[in-house]
Amino acid sequence: MSGKPKLHYFNGRGRMEPIRWLLAAAGVEFEESFLEKKDDLTKLQKDESLLFQQVPMVEIDGMKMVQTRAIANYIATKYNLYGKDLKERALIDMYVEGIFDLNELIMSYDFQPVDKKEQHFANMMDKATNRYFPVFEKVLKDHGQDFLVGNQLSRADVQLLEVILMAEEWKPDILAKFPLLQSFKARISNIPTIKKFLQPGSQRKPPIRPEEVPKVIAIFY
Amino acid sequence: MAGKPKLHYTKGRGKMESIRWLLAAAGVEFEEQFIETKEDLEKLRNDGVLLFQQVPMVEIDGMRMVQTRAILSYTAAKYNLYGKDLKERAWIDMYVEGTTDLMGMIMYLPFQPADTKEKNLALIIERATTRYFPVYEKALKDHGQDYLVGDKLSWADIHLLEAILMTEEWKPDILSAFPLLQAFKGRISNIPTIKKFLQPGSQRKPPTDEKFVAVVRKIFNI
Repeated sequence: MSGKPKLHYFNGRGRMEPIRWLLAAAGVEFEESFLEKKDDLTKLQKDESLLFQQVPMVEIDGMKMVQTRAIANYIATKYNLYGKDLKERALIDMYVEGIFDLNELIMSYDFQPVDKKEQHFANMMDKATNRYFPVFEKVLKDHGQDFLVGNQLSRADVQLLEVILMAEEWKPDILAKFPLLQSFKARISNIPTIKKFLQPGSQRKPPIRPEEVPKVIAIFY
Repeated sequence: MAGKPKLHYTKGRGKMESIRWLLAAAGVEFEEQFIETKEDLEKLRNDGVLLFQQVPMVEIDGMRMVQTRAILSYTAAKYNLYGKDLKERAWIDMYVEGTTDLMGMIMYLPFQPADTKEKNLALIIERATTRYFPVYEKALKDHGQDYLVGDKLSWADIHLLEAILMTEEWKPDILSAFPLLQAFKGRISNIPTIKKFLQPGSQRKPPTDEKFVAVVRKIFNI
């Protein structure tokens, strides 16, 4: 109705959060419709609004887009956050897929059964500090530029910032060994659209509280 | 050396198989270097050629590409299998993510403990026949064209054929309720590059059996 993208998800980060970040970074205003109980999901499914019966779903440009990566790819391309050519896209895709893997590890922690939590936590912290962050520290070191790819802001920078902040919520000094990521974090956080998104009152979602987890599980299972 | 892409993975399907399919469909010759032991994987890691210490890795156009989707997207774009514009890309991406989810479930089946395998297989069949295949059947029905997107062969068609054949290995009559997918399967299988890939002696890999599961577990320590 307003022409703004409309996001359908529960009122939490989950798999929709990277999409919120990309839209916000691109300066695109969006609306949200929150699923609060199973019936809300069932209704969307019955209305045939969900291609594979799943959310995230984003109404955008006359489409009801589903699948996190498809939506993120579309937004990144539309708003020039996907590099200037195929080779830059390839690099961005490699970086972003690594970031998605780390994001998934961190995001799924809250949903682990109690007996698996400790091992999961150790694994996610280990992967962040030994597998993923060293790669991006090296990328920045090797080219000495402000952004990961092509000397301009891309989705890789936005998604990396998102995952850095998520990791810091669990271990505030997680960037201790990564000086370039520390300055990267500050630099990208200061981009006006992103700075705005990081302020209270934005559509950025807080980490899920343990007591909310059963409610979210009840929507989907 | 020859300029051909070079694939680094095990001798099995896993996450590399969709890449083999796409290159083959595009008529691109490729080489393969197989990881057969844990030491082979360690060597790649120690050589610093795996960005995130993982395979698949494909040497292509001067890059050492990793991450399955990154490699597939690059290949699809390079060989004109990614639609003609942003909207077509969006549909191809949505369809491909669906078949990725379905094939992902099937890929892990041989690795499940025996007592959950039956339940997981039942779930796969349910998802295939009520969540995924109906979508593609409807897409073909609605536009009446030969291909899923833009009236032209794309990555989405190749990926769907791969998913259909993979699912049929577990339930041969899985397409019984999907006449358009049956015709689609026949049609896409007959495309010369794909027909060639489906013949014995190609680089297409067989389904993973129990023996190979043990090999994979050793290599990846899982």
